[in-house]
Amino acid sequence: MLSCDNRVQDTTDDGRVIVRYWEKWTDFEYDAMRAVVDDFNKSQQRIYVEMTQISEPDRKLILATAGGNPPDVAGLWSYNVSSFAEKGALTPLSNRLDAVGINKGQYIPALWDICSHRGEVWALPSTPSTLALHWNRRLFREAGFDPDTPPTSLTQLDEMAEQLTIVEIKRDNETVRVRYTELTDSEKAAKDFRIIQLGFSPHEPGWWKQAWGYWFGADLWDGDRTIEADSPENIEAFEWIAGYTEKYGVKNMLSFGESFGNFSSPQNPFLDERVAMEIQGVWMYNFIEKFSPNLDWAAAPFPSAYPDKLPNVTIVECDVLVIPTGARHPDEAFEFICYVNSQKPMEKLCLGHRKFSAFIEYSDGFVENHPNPFIDVFIELAKSPNGKTTPRTPIWESYEDELIVAADRVYRHIATPRDALAYAQNRSAKAMARNLRVWDATAEARKKEWADQ
Amino acid sequence: MTRGERRKFWTGLAFVSPWVVGFLVFGLYPIVMAAYYSFCNYNVLQDAQFVGLINYQEMLEDDVLWKALYNTLFYAIFSVPLGLIVALLFAVLLNRPIFGRSIFRMLFYVPSIVPLVAIAMIWLWVFNGDVGLLNYALSLIGIDGPNWLADPAWTKPTLILSAIWMVGGAMVLFLAGLQDVPRSLYESAELDGAGAAKQFWHITVPMVSPVIYFNLIMGIIYSIQELVRPYIMLPDGGPDRSGLFFAVYLYQTAFRDLRMGYASAMAMLMFFIILLLTWAVTKLIQSRIYYEGA
Repeated sequence: MLSCDNRVQDTTDDGRVIVRYWEKWTDFEYDAMRAVVDDFNKSQQRIYVEMTQISEPDRKLILATAGGNPPDVAGLWSYNVSSFAEKGALTPLSNRLDAVGINKGQYIPALWDICSHRGEVWALPSTPSTLALHWNRRLFREAGFDPDTPPTSLTQLDEMAEQLTIVEIKRDNETVRVRYTELTDSEKAAKDFRIIQLGFSPHEPGWWKQAWGYWFGADLWDGDRTIEADSPENIEAFEWIAGYTEKYGVKNMLSFGESFGNFSSPQNPFLDERVAMEIQGVWMYNFIEKFSPNLDWAAAPFPSAYPDKLPNVTIVECDVLVIPTGARHPDEAFEFICYVNSQKPMEKLCLGHRKFSAFIEYSDGFVENHPNPFIDVFIELAKSPNGKTTPRTPIWESYEDELIVAADRVYRHIATPRDALAYAQNRSAKAMARNLRVWDATAEARKKEWADQ
Repeated sequence: MTRGERRKFWTGLAFVSPWVVGFLVFGLYPIVMAAYYSFCNYNVLQDAQFVGLINYQEMLEDDVLWKALYNTLFYAIFSVPLGLIVALLFAVLLNRPIFGRSIFRMLFYVPSIVPLVAIAMIWLWVFNGDVGLLNYALSLIGIDGPNWLADPAWTKPTLILSAIWMVGGAMVLFLAGLQDVPRSLYESAELDGAGAAKQFWHITVPMVSPVIYFNLIMGIIYSIQELVRPYIMLPDGGPDRSGLFFAVYLYQTAFRDLRMGYASAMAMLMFFIILLLTWAVTKLIQSRIYYEGA
C-alpha cells in the first residue's frame, strides 16, 4: 500500500507535536469536543491536537490504517471496539492505563467493559448513553391516563398503547376517527382502518429491533463463544414484535411507518405527536429542544416483560476514543485521551452533548444543572445490573444484521419468530465458528503481541 | 524492424504509456490480486493467509449470496430489455421532425447526468408508500398503491421502474444510429406500401442492430454491477433481503465485515457470470446483427 507518511507535518511552527484527531460528530456535538480540544491545546506546551470532522470514520479508519497513514486518535462507537481490536486496527491501552493509574473503579462498569476485548482495554469513553421510555404527557392526558405515571410492565405498555392509538375508519359511509379500544371486535379483526396516531411500535424508531430480547431476559450470546439468537427469551421477544402487526395489521403499520419524516426533523413522529411512547436515548432531549420545544414529555426506564425479575433494563453504549495501529504519536495521543478522561473535561464534553459523564463520581451540581430534566433516569439506568451492552464479538455487525432481518421478517409476518431466529442463529453461528477458527489458531501469539505494547 | 520503425514503435509506445501504466496499475494488478485473495483469508489489516478453495466452498452454502444473485438477475432480465425498448422508442420519436426536438432530446438525456445518489433520494419519495407521489397519482384513479419499498413483493419492480429514468445514454446512441439509416430505404418501403410499424420492424431495427447489441451488452454489465441506487434506496437489502443486490452484498462483505478474501471470491463469480452472459448473448444474436458495409 502506498503511504503518504513523509508528507505529514509532525510539529507546529512553535515545535509542538501535532496529534491528528478524527471526530465523527457534526453540529453542537462537534462544538462540544472542539471546546475541549481548544482547552487542551491552551494548556499544552508540548502537544497540539488537530481535530478534523470525518464522516463514516469506522470505514475510513480501516483503510487509512491499512495504508499506513491513520490518525493518532479516532472517535468511534463502542460496538466497533471488539471487531477493530481483533483485526489489529487498534493499539492496546492496558499497559499505558496501568502506568497512569486509570482503572475500572472510576467508571460506570458497563462502559469500561465495552471498551475491553479479550482481556485488554482498547479505548476510553468520551460520551456515554442509555435508552429509556419517552412518552407524550399531553397524549396521555387526552387518553385519560395520569401523565406522570408511565407503564411499569410491557403488558401494561401494550394495553396503554391501544388506548393511545387513534384510527380512521368508515362507519355507515362516514369516515370517523376513534381510539383503537373503541373499535368493535369485528372491526379489529378486519383491520380495515388507517392509523392516525400510534401508542407505541417496536419498530419506531427501529434502531434496536434486534435487541428487544434484553427486555425479556435474553443476552444474545454467552459472553464468550456461543451465539444465542434462538434462546426462548429472544423468541418470546420476537413473538411480542409480531403481536403488534397482528393487532394493528401489517399494511396499516407499514403505511403509518412510511409517513414518518427524518429522525432529525420536525416530522419525527414522536416530535410531531403521532407516536405517544417511544424508546430513545439520552440524546432525544436535544432533538425535542430543537424541533419541538413545546412538547410535554417525560422519560422513565423502559419496562421489561418481567418487571420484578428484570428492573431497569437498558442498552449502554458510548462514543470511544482509540489509538489506531501505526499512529505516529501514540504517547501524545494517549495524553490527550487521558485529558478527555479527567473529570472536568469529561463533564464539559458530556454537558455539551447533553449526556451524562462516564465516571461514577460527578462534580457538585452536574446533575442539578444539567439541561435534560430526566438525566438522573439515564444515569441510574447506566449503573443498572440490567444495563446490557452490545455483544463484544468481532462478528457483531453481521450478527446484528441477521437479527434485524429476522425482526423485519417477523414484523411483516414473512416468517414465524422461531423460524426467523433459527435462520439467524444458523448463519451467525457459522460466522462465529469462522472467527473462532482464526482466533484459536493465533490467540497465543496475538495476546503476547498485545501484552508487549 | 528498421531503425526508423523501431524509433516509431518506441515513440508510439511512449504516447500510449499513460494508458498502459494506468491499466497495469489500476486495472490488471487489482484484478490479479483479487483473483489471488479469493483463495485467501484476508482482512486488509493482517497478512493474507492462503486457504485454498474454502471461500468458494462457503459461497455454495451461502444462501444470502444466492438470493442476492437471484435478485440481481431478476432485475437484469427485466430492466435491460425494458430499458432498451424505452430508449429505442424515445430515440425514434425524437428523431422525427417535431417542434423543439433539441429541447426534448436534452430533457430526456438530462436524468442520465444527475448524480445517482440524488436520483435515489428522489425515488425514495416518489415511491413512498404513504405520502409518495406515485401512490397519490394512483389514488386519483382509484388504485390503492402498494408499499413499494416496504413490501418484499414490490422492491424489485420498484428498482426496475426507477432504472427507466436512466435510459438517456442508450437513447443518444440509438439517435446516432438512426442518423445513419438511409432515407432511401424508408422511401422504397413506402412505395412498396409498408406502414410505419413494418418500416420500424424491417428497416429501423435491423439497421440499428449493432447499437442494440452494444446497449444490450453494456446494460447487462451495468445491471449486474448495480450498486448505488439499491444501496441508497434499500441500504440493508430491504424487507427480507428482497432488494439485496449482488454488488451491495459484496460491498457489505468487503467493507463492513472486512472479509476481503470472500468478497474477492464473490467478485470473481460476478466476473465469470458477466463473461458467460456476454458470450451467450453474443452467440445468440450474432447472426442477426447487420453491419452495413461488412
